[in-house]
Amino acid sequence: MDRRVVITGIGVLAPGGVGVKNFWNLLEEGRTATRPISFFDAGPFRSRVAAEIDLDAEACGLTPQEIRRMDRGAQLAVIAAGEAVADSGLTLDPERTGVVVGSAVGATTSLDEEYRIVSDGGRLDLVDHRYAVPHLYDYFVPSSFSREVAWAVDATGPNTVVSTGCTSGLDSVGYAVELIREGSVDTMVAGASDAPISPITVACFDAIKATTPRNDDPEHASRPFDASRNGFVLGEGSAMFVLEEYEQARARGAHIYAEIAGFANRCNAYHMTGLRPDGREMAEAITAALDEARLDPTAIHYINAHGSGTRQNDRHETAAFKRSLGEHAYRTPVSSIKSMIGHSLGAIGSIEIAASALAIEHNVVPPTVNLHNPDPECDLDYVPLTAREHRTDVVLTVGSGFGGFQSAMVLRRAA
Amino acid sequence: MTGTKTATKRAEVVVTGLGVTAPNGLGTSDYWAATCAGVGGIGPVGRFDASGYPTALAGEVPGFVPEDHLASRLLPQTDHMTRLALVTADWALADAGVRPDEWSDYDLGVVTASSAGGFEFGQRELQALWSKGGRHVSAYQSFAWFYAVNTGQISIRHSMRGPCGVVVSDHAGGLDAVAQARRQVRRGTSRLMLSGGVDGAVCSWGWVAQLASQRLSPDGYRPFDATASGYVPGEGGAFLVLEAAEPARERGARPYGRIAGYGSTFDPRPDGRDREPGLKRAIDLALDDAGITPADVDVVFADAAGVRELDAAEAAAIGAVFGRRGVPVTAPQTMTGRLYAGAAALQVACALLAIRDGIVPPTTGTDPMPEYGLDLVVGEARRRPVRTALVLARGYDGNNSALIVREEV
Repeated sequence: MDRRVVITGIGVLAPGGVGVKNFWNLLEEGRTATRPISFFDAGPFRSRVAAEIDLDAEACGLTPQEIRRMDRGAQLAVIAAGEAVADSGLTLDPERTGVVVGSAVGATTSLDEEYRIVSDGGRLDLVDHRYAVPHLYDYFVPSSFSREVAWAVDATGPNTVVSTGCTSGLDSVGYAVELIREGSVDTMVAGASDAPISPITVACFDAIKATTPRNDDPEHASRPFDASRNGFVLGEGSAMFVLEEYEQARARGAHIYAEIAGFANRCNAYHMTGLRPDGREMAEAITAALDEARLDPTAIHYINAHGSGTRQNDRHETAAFKRSLGEHAYRTPVSSIKSMIGHSLGAIGSIEIAASALAIEHNVVPPTVNLHNPDPECDLDYVPLTAREHRTDVVLTVGSGFGGFQSAMVLRRAA
Repeated sequence: MTGTKTATKRAEVVVTGLGVTAPNGLGTSDYWAATCAGVGGIGPVGRFDASGYPTALAGEVPGFVPEDHLASRLLPQTDHMTRLALVTADWALADAGVRPDEWSDYDLGVVTASSAGGFEFGQRELQALWSKGGRHVSAYQSFAWFYAVNTGQISIRHSMRGPCGVVVSDHAGGLDAVAQARRQVRRGTSRLMLSGGVDGAVCSWGWVAQLASQRLSPDGYRPFDATASGYVPGEGGAFLVLEAAEPARERGARPYGRIAGYGSTFDPRPDGRDREPGLKRAIDLALDDAGITPADVDVVFADAAGVRELDAAEAAAIGAVFGRRGVPVTAPQTMTGRLYAGAAALQVACALLAIRDGIVPPTTGTDPMPEYGLDLVVGEARRRPVRTALVLARGYDGNNSALIVREEV
């Protein structure tokens, strides 16, 4: 008998909403959190819009030394994990609890800052170790993120970071589900975090025109599926979950948000940043995730899309939905919360799992805002502008990222 | 200790191909010959001028000319460690007798370990950003440095469209990646998985980051020695081809051995250091997973951090499981340095070669402290049948992973 895995705790830090309640309110109300970049002078860059979090880490419970030690991405993960564990009401058994944190770019923001110092503003080819901070190794290898979470929640089971670019947040939770199913652990504190809003990240996406130059209209800059879309809006954030083996959760009377019923990922083996328009590999991932969930495509009530707002992505995944779900794709509400909170790279997959679980919880589908004139090739029901009350028992959430990774997860209301 | 478990159905998973790039040998046969002979590849850093730093020793892969192996269009978009990885992956698949175009694309998957990504590439682009401005950053920066680069590039090179993954757990990542690949084969989500790690950050920016760990040795890598002063970092690693045993046999593959057990834990947090560290439990879990006892283990490939307190902790864990001088222990990474994401993958390859040839390679340049109670294989390689090997790997500040490989009979 297969062990089943359920979500019993959620923690979210997203732009415009610290904590699950604020996050969900923002999605339900269809507000946007995209704004001009304030973290540094973005004047010289092509894209100067981002979805930033107004974070007071000390108010969220971190000590000054923890804040000094941790990259911002680690801070977000620790705070979100704390919320998730508290929400679950579970007293963790350290040896039977593992930690996995997804992150696409790890401590890149700290690395950017520290490089600038040790290289003296890029002047030195041989950077100067005497100016390095003591925690630089934590930034060098981002498994420090999962270490910090393990220390914060006291978990001594398996511990790793999963880093598959922009599908990291789905893949990390998929990884955690496998560990519970196989019996290695009974509980996982799992999710993802990225805080990539730094000059090097902005510059590298500028170089391939992946981010939007819609700088004069920041609050409407993220426009998935709209004909006028021209790139994604960089974001940051974290979502962490308490995942439990179903019988354990039931026995203790836990509140169960949803079961993670199926997961699969595939590579497109096509291009490090490009997508083929037919959506073949994402469709395959969706089909495999549905197979694992033992569900027919027609069981899906809502699709939480990757919907990044790049020209190629939104067509690619629309094709993937049609290819995998057939006619049912046209009957299913699809939406992208990146229209409101931007694209936080590796973190967003977990944040979208949180949105999917909350959609099941509330029977409400969040909207795709800023969608006024759909791209003719994007001809599904993208829930434009306003949230919709909708019976939601089964959600498909997908991700697509650099490296060619395509991931799909199926969440189901727990019986 | 292991709690209640409901085992999922267990297909046996075998290793049918190896690819190696190591500081003491480019390719499996050079590496293995050097390793058995006790010939190391550690020397003064050659990739940059390290003379001004507190340490200037590294294990660098000798004789690697990217142009000999890779199309010129790949060179501008790849870090040095990705070039090593692509070639190592080619060799692993060839060794397994696998021509990817003869397989269904979804039956081939890739899970690699990563530690710091393409750090040398990243240094160049950071320098461009801060000295010249954002417009001078390469269009390849968005993926050439990131942690998922090797999985992505390998999948593209061989049209591998099955399950994919990337794990980051410092030096332990190589074992965690192989374990994740094994899960995919066991569950039947993929027929063949390429897994392991090839890594390296031998550039001044990577050097400074590694120095911050205060674990690099200024004068040599002498694990378990009274004068242990840290480790020497290196580049390279290994990839393994994993398949289910039966179909592998049916297609005529010759397995090196099977991945028989795995366990992974994390040390208690700093305020709980009176609690037992996690390495012994990882070993126990791996033995339990393999369904064997300590007496079945013929050799332990140690993590061998080269840092006094870490060496003591590892010796204590090995002693607690196997007894004082209860099992031969070796650390041939004294000949390569520690390779981060490549470290443990290379150890697994080494263990499989030890099984194949009945040779336990030596730990060089070290004189183990008697109080550790280890039967460390020093001096010469030891000829003896090896049916079962335990590989240990630890990550910075707490990862403990243990993997057991066994002779395939």
